[in-house]
Amino acid sequence: MPKRTDIQSVLVIGSGPIVIGQAAEFDYSGTQACRVLKAEGMRVILVNSNPATIMTDPEIADATYVEPITPEFVEKIIAKERPDVLLPTLGGQTALNTAISLHDAGTLEKYDVELIGANVEAINKGEDRDLFKEVVEAVNAKIGHGESARSVICHSMDEVLAGVDTLGGYPVVVRPSFTMGGAGSGFAHDEEELRRIAGQGLTLSPTTEVLLEESILGWKEYELELMRDKNDNVVVVCSIENFDPMGVHTGDSITVAPAMTLTDREYQRLRDVGIAIIREVGVDTGGCNIQFAINPKDGRVIVIEMNPRVSRSSALASKATGFPIAKIAAKLAVGYTLDEIPNDITEQTPASFEPTLDYVVVKAPRFAFEKFPSADSTLTTTMKSVGEAMAIGRNFTEAFQKALRSLEKKGSQFTFVGETGDKGELLREAVRPTDGRINLVMEAIRAGATQEEVFDATKIDPWFVDQLFLIKEVADELAAAERLDAELLAEAKRHGFSDHQIAEIRDLREDVVREVRHALGVRPVYKTVDTCAAEFAAKTPYFYSSYDEESEVATREKPAVIILGSGPNRIGQGIEFDYSCVHASFALSDAGYETVMVNCNPETVSTDYDTSDRLYFEPLTLEDVLEIVHAEQQAGPLAGVIVQLGGQTPLGLSQALKDNGVPVVGTSPEAIHAAEDRGAFGKVLAEAGLPAPKHGTATTFTEAKTIADEIGYPVLVRPSYVLGGRGMEIVYDEARLSAYIEESTEISPSRPVLVDRFLDDAIEIDVDALYDGHELYLGGVMEHIEEAGIHSGDSACALPPITLGGHDIKRLRASTEGIAKGVGVRGLINIQFALSGDILYVLEANPRASRTVPFTSKATAVPLAKAAARISLGATVAELRAEGLLPATGDGGTLPMDAPISVKEAVMPWSRFRDIHGRGVDTVLGPEMRSTGEVMGIDSVFGTAYAKSQAGAYGPLPTGGRAFISVANRDKRSMIFPARELVAHGFELLATSGTAEVLKRNGINATIVRKQSEGEGPNGEKTIVQLIHEGDVDLIVNTPYGTGGRLDGYDIRTAAVARSVPCLTTVQALAAAVQGIDALNHGDVGVRSLQEHAQHLTAARD
Amino acid sequence: MTTSTRGTARQAAPAVLVLEDGRIFRGRAYGAVGETFGEAVFSTGMTGYQETLTDPSYHRQVVVMTAPHVGNTGVNDEDPESARIWVSGYVVRDPARVPSNWRSQRSLDEELRRQSVVGISGIDTRALTRHLRERGAMRVGIFSGDALADESTLHARVQDVPQMKGADLSAEVATKETYVVPAIGTKKFTVAAVDLGIKGMTPQRMAERGIEVHVLPATATLDDIYAVQPDGVFFSNGPGDPATAEHPVSVMRGVLDRGTPLFGICFGNQILGRALGFGTFKLKYGHRGINQPVQDRTTGKVEVTAHNHGFAVDAPLDKVSDTPYGRAEVSHVCLNDDVVEGLRLLDKPAFSVQYHPEAAAGPHDAAYLFDRFVELMAEKGAQRA
Repeated sequence: MPKRTDIQSVLVIGSGPIVIGQAAEFDYSGTQACRVLKAEGMRVILVNSNPATIMTDPEIADATYVEPITPEFVEKIIAKERPDVLLPTLGGQTALNTAISLHDAGTLEKYDVELIGANVEAINKGEDRDLFKEVVEAVNAKIGHGESARSVICHSMDEVLAGVDTLGGYPVVVRPSFTMGGAGSGFAHDEEELRRIAGQGLTLSPTTEVLLEESILGWKEYELELMRDKNDNVVVVCSIENFDPMGVHTGDSITVAPAMTLTDREYQRLRDVGIAIIREVGVDTGGCNIQFAINPKDGRVIVIEMNPRVSRSSALASKATGFPIAKIAAKLAVGYTLDEIPNDITEQTPASFEPTLDYVVVKAPRFAFEKFPSADSTLTTTMKSVGEAMAIGRNFTEAFQKALRSLEKKGSQFTFVGETGDKGELLREAVRPTDGRINLVMEAIRAGATQEEVFDATKIDPWFVDQLFLIKEVADELAAAERLDAELLAEAKRHGFSDHQIAEIRDLREDVVREVRHALGVRPVYKTVDTCAAEFAAKTPYFYSSYDEESEVATREKPAVIILGSGPNRIGQGIEFDYSCVHASFALSDAGYETVMVNCNPETVSTDYDTSDRLYFEPLTLEDVLEIVHAEQQAGPLAGVIVQLGGQTPLGLSQALKDNGVPVVGTSPEAIHAAEDRGAFGKVLAEAGLPAPKHGTATTFTEAKTIADEIGYPVLVRPSYVLGGRGMEIVYDEARLSAYIEESTEISPSRPVLVDRFLDDAIEIDVDALYDGHELYLGGVMEHIEEAGIHSGDSACALPPITLGGHDIKRLRASTEGIAKGVGVRGLINIQFALSGDILYVLEANPRASRTVPFTSKATAVPLAKAAARISLGATVAELRAEGLLPATGDGGTLPMDAPISVKEAVMPWSRFRDIHGRGVDTVLGPEMRSTGEVMGIDSVFGTAYAKSQAGAYGPLPTGGRAFISVANRDKRSMIFPARELVAHGFELLATSGTAEVLKRNGINATIVRKQSEGEGPNGEKTIVQLIHEGDVDLIVNTPYGTGGRLDGYDIRTAAVARSVPCLTTVQALAAAVQGIDALNHGDVGVRSLQEHAQHLTAARD
Repeated sequence: MTTSTRGTARQAAPAVLVLEDGRIFRGRAYGAVGETFGEAVFSTGMTGYQETLTDPSYHRQVVVMTAPHVGNTGVNDEDPESARIWVSGYVVRDPARVPSNWRSQRSLDEELRRQSVVGISGIDTRALTRHLRERGAMRVGIFSGDALADESTLHARVQDVPQMKGADLSAEVATKETYVVPAIGTKKFTVAAVDLGIKGMTPQRMAERGIEVHVLPATATLDDIYAVQPDGVFFSNGPGDPATAEHPVSVMRGVLDRGTPLFGICFGNQILGRALGFGTFKLKYGHRGINQPVQDRTTGKVEVTAHNHGFAVDAPLDKVSDTPYGRAEVSHVCLNDDVVEGLRLLDKPAFSVQYHPEAAAGPHDAAYLFDRFVELMAEKGAQRA
């Protein structure tokens, strides 16, 4: 029984901005789903507020709504588009929750929209702890296996406290219902912890519900990915075993596929329970993920939870097995059965089978604790990682070491040299799971720990522990050998040692090791991920390296282009770069090249085997890339390697690749140096006659003070050679400068501190442009909402610029062209300017695709990354205009008067982090980037577009109620007009005494509230923090002085995060919000698809 | 936990694997040191190595594991499918150095040595698998220790090994004496199970359903079978070429003549095929794994099943066939390659499957087939009553 014929149009809900726990994997899933549905001839309507996604590319769906994913906006889209069905299972928890809200509100019924993929009852059974427990009980009654951890459901703190006694005491696990990525859950070892965790959990849960359960800390943890069709055929796509035992969120664990330490009987028991659960829950056309804990002492199996939808783990499982879960889920949802769907990889066998692996997959999480120095780095059941890397090897050690080096983080690879710490101390530290615990464990092994000791400290399964010992023994052999011979090198390579690690152990240079290795003929082969362990011939070239015997890379005729991806997502380098890589692949494939993608991030579209002609799932280190280049050069002609689209990771390899004779196309390594090196870039600016803020470099406080005195405070200080504004700070006085230099550990003569004049009150501007050596195409000009000093990645911005005139654009164009020409760009360049007074300063230039390329491309309806890829391989702007890839005339600087306004807003991960006392981390924006994702609001006027961006990022702006205002002295002047506007819109203003006084003098009434430090008043008057916690405040404006840690307002801002109250931390944001509130209060806010916007824009251009 | 490790692979003795067509793989000795010969086949299961090793159907076969890590959960005394390891040689990539499982009693390496099973590790098992896939299952030898010699000598020795085609092996693996597996709970039926290489889980699955199973030697006659007054007769899996299985075929015809409910698994399916007049043939490289999609053609449902067969029945998929025992149809088919996976008589209570519903190792999707057997016996009993 094939496809349903009654579905003409389908609404797909995406997952919105990238946040911790809900990341790029849903772009991968959603893109697959949209393509499948479109190929089935349905009209695909998509809503997703995240512009940095491939799924929101206009060609992926028929009508793409970059609108907030809230029930209100989705209803508007439903009313306009009238879809037959809604598919909510591919956009993570956001999509599922939105669909449930629409169902509960009667919207789906009203417009006669059927939910497909999962029904409401199944979603509730899977998501609601109480109902799920009943499911597990029913399963146990039927098949005699599977049970839930003993637990109590609680709806109040009293119930929570009573619950602990029922469970037999501490520790207990707290899990709020209906939150994503385990938000708000944790272990409580005593009443204080319990009150804090459960209190927050009750707040976070949309149903004010938390579950308390018995502790199963230290048990083995497993996941199964299942799919079921309407004929009740069920397959288990993949088993995943967590290297880190129970207690660490699976998203923060190192995980391994397939499961490594189960006998067949135990595995089949999990499989039986899993299948019985998916049937009992009633997921009948789609996939689900089920997590299990197994007691290592007696094999007792506990079912932890299930997700009745495509999840992060299912994306990982898809990449790990070659079985595209999202694609197949979409087909099942529209009526196909598993046996009717062919396996893409073999093309001759059906999808109704279970993949079998002849390799090992390891996923390692990537954290960003350095961005949140006050946050507690202990890993718990709340997910905190911002990205992940996956690696494939022919055995565990190979995959594991590849995964660790894929993380591209200093110290992520094992090191075997140098003094170790004290064994006992190391083991004690290893008890606490943290980012990098594995390295600590290795150090303990080097310090003489036994396998038992490691197990006792960490509860990592003894088989995995032994694998660590194996790695260490190979390292010992490397160290002890008289010389590096072929056999020893091959052995080390089979266990995943990098040339870098071998060099370190042998005290050699990495390139020397590589030369020796090549001379001895020790090189990797490339094997295929084929779903079937070679039982059938694979048609899809999805490769991984291994030091084995036989390579499977086929020869080819067409010239190939290798595109280097961006590696694991991290703050500052996320999905935006993957977007550009994928676009390059599409454009170059259209232009007749064979495209070869290299990446190690399983969450991405670039690592879908469908995206490029060939996929190498490999780390992005020099060694790994050089080997791939070698393999592809053996396979056929190589046109070049593209490094400028994947962010800083591939860009950093550019010079070394060239030095190794690799043809790097596009902007040359020398040009990259000219933009990145301060001295060289200074020359470029001087030659083009462009000003940069005054600056200097210092290695001591005295030097820094001299520079600061000369250029005047405030100054912007930062270590050299860092990314994403790491360690960057605005310093307002000498005392702080001295403290900064003292606190900075990385300062040395070779790593000086950069001291720049900080342009207070400047308007910051971002420009994305293409340059082919002759002609400039100005892609777009973005005006930041926040003033200079807030990292551009964390700042909201508008395109076209809302306050810049034609003259400014002309200057920006000339400056951009001067820099692009001076640097020698062939492709994309991103430049940050600051307009201060009437001087246009150049802050920095990045000769690569920037974070804003997808946003600019969508706002102007021009595929900049595609054009950049073509220019890299020799096309000119003129040719691309003639071809139609770029507009025939004009560019992003000459948008028509009535072009829509697009606003980008950053999304911050504050609510994920707590300090060691369990308090929230401060939410003030600064020069160091900390956002994980972004949304786009698009409309005909700025106010509405801004309001949409806020709704997409944080929830709707309030249109009335109580607004609390407390601003730093320097902001008091600029606060008055927006405050007046708020009053005009009917807001009651609350303020602390100082701010209230200023408002009063300007004729604005404000109710005085008590500061937190003043405590509750004699008559029970609440402090502002109490009011926020009690839900009595609808909008918060709180600007800080400086950017240090515990300043005034910390409690206010963390309370705002805890209660999800909109909190504006700059006056510019307040001004924009007021425009947004104004728009919301004036008539209906409409929705419009990107295709309609583009049509309008194209018409206006002609 | 055991802390003694085997050291790194470089510390193990060298070993070499030589295929009949001359391809050679060099690795390290695993299990016993010495030499062994057999038919090289690959198994794609990621779990269940203990069950695989002890499955009598693997008699005289050298099994290549496509899953790289083998031995991780050690060896226990509960999971074997028979009293000994039957594979003639074992090929793995990365053997475990320490076992880890709460039921583990010793390491697999120890067990292989204890049972003198010669193996090899550290070779490119994927390359070997692809080779077998493209060229077909073939004879192989594994050599280590004193058995090592120059390549041409080893190659010549491999070419002297008898072929699997035409091999009659059931008697070599089957029980010599009849034994009884009692029913669990109330006894409802008696089944005579002809052991052609039966796996331990098969009588267990029947016993769980109230069946008392009399396991008879492969040489059992029709009289032996009916001496136990069976409600049903079962023909098991087993090694070798079904074309040589004259005795079981003639015994089965006798059972069909009498109309006793009949169920066959694997080799038993091939015997039924031959008893009905269909041919059998050797597959290029067989089905060995626990992830094979089989469709039950009566319900259209797909089950994920455990397979271990190098031969298959040649019966028409698209029509009901007339046989000396009435109409017969292909009841199950493998969706990967349309191989016949089950037969059913429409006019007599007899059916069989080519795969392993007892599922050890493997998924339990096909367990319903034992229920079907029970139903057939119940119906027959009702008719008699």
